[in-house]
Amino acid sequence: MTSGAYLDAASSEPLHPAAREALLAALDQGYADPRRLHRAGRSARLLLDNARAVVAESLDVRPDEVSFTASGTAAVHLGLLGLHRGAREGRIAHTSVEHSAVLHAAQWAGGAAELPVDRLGRVEVAPPPEGTSVLAVQAANHEVGTLQPVAALAAVADGVPLFTDACASAGRVPLPGGWSAAAASAHKWGGPAGVGVLLVRKGARWRHPFPVDERIDERAPGFENVPGALAAAAALQAVVADRDEVDARQRSLVDRVRRAVALIPDVDVVGDPVDRLPHLVTFSCLYLDGESLVTELDRLGFGVASGSACTASTLTPSHVLAAMGALTHGNVRLSLTRDTSEADVDGFLAVLPALVERLRGEVTHR
Amino acid sequence: MTVEVDCRGQVCPLPVIALAKAFRDLEVGETVSLLADDVAAAVDVPAWCRMKGQELVGTEPVLDGGTRFVVRRLS
Repeated sequence: MTSGAYLDAASSEPLHPAAREALLAALDQGYADPRRLHRAGRSARLLLDNARAVVAESLDVRPDEVSFTASGTAAVHLGLLGLHRGAREGRIAHTSVEHSAVLHAAQWAGGAAELPVDRLGRVEVAPPPEGTSVLAVQAANHEVGTLQPVAALAAVADGVPLFTDACASAGRVPLPGGWSAAAASAHKWGGPAGVGVLLVRKGARWRHPFPVDERIDERAPGFENVPGALAAAAALQAVVADRDEVDARQRSLVDRVRRAVALIPDVDVVGDPVDRLPHLVTFSCLYLDGESLVTELDRLGFGVASGSACTASTLTPSHVLAAMGALTHGNVRLSLTRDTSEADVDGFLAVLPALVERLRGEVTHR
Repeated sequence: MTVEVDCRGQVCPLPVIALAKAFRDLEVGETVSLLADDVAAAVDVPAWCRMKGQELVGTEPVLDGGTRFVVRRLS
């Protein structure tokens, strides 16, 4: 019997066919330096401008607010640190469940105030702490899917700019309002790796935090990845066009997983059950280590992620799960791709209870 | 009566498994004193208490290393 499925879209979504097509065409037509005035340069420039326009339209922002970076992480660093530098004084504040890219950038900038979250992983709507330069609040959590109240926080921020890491959500749900800078990552919506998107609102007090470069877009240093940007844009456009249909299908599949997994004894299903990303669900199984679960599920054909640190003694457990007070061991994150079927999910749910029981037998009887 | 279980040096999920095992022989109202130095225990012991409806009475650092978690059986 062959079964199994890749269920780790939140780490990386398989390349969208629209992206593949655009990438192959642009590899041949978009190789030249888009700053040059010759025919090949103009061709590359046209493709780049086209990619920017498509991304802007898909994310409902202005084209001059869009910059392509070398990764989502690079976009996070530029967006957050650029607002911090623009503020001239104060300290960064961020939620305790931000992606490590935000945590490391904040640490690099001299440390930060950390805002706690509730059991669902959501930060409270309140004015930022006194002396905050930038408030970093993700659009949605990358590990548990909970949406954050970005627009509501912006409304009470009292002039403090917001940086929003939208890497987990971009393309899947509309961008929230209220941010001054935001970041996204193409490979998480079916674009190629190596393309991030930095958004800086027109009029935002953003100053380049790193050495500038003499390229088309002064925010993004280095030679433009024109084929990558075009492929990322093509995938985003296709994903947004299909969003309503995919969203409804994924939501109901995730609801099915949440219900079924909760029936297994001693399982903690974490994150907001409703106000969440459509494609992602996380749960923790008491008495198990995440690595065994991931390894055994892989043996059965299912590719999933885990926020547990068990057995990998050099790592600490997921700071997201810890901040929520959720069980950190025996953790599994399932995230559906655009093609994940009902049969894939049912196949997973068919093997999981027996696997959990078998692994528990192994750990408790030795 | 308090049972002491020393799980220092053990990584997750072993301390929580030991806690659950110790609970089997406990009467309602009695406590377990669990010693652990795995970083995950600080989150996972309170999470276990929440999931199983038991009471985390308190935590304190141990002089020669790790943390003591005192857990009372409520049901």
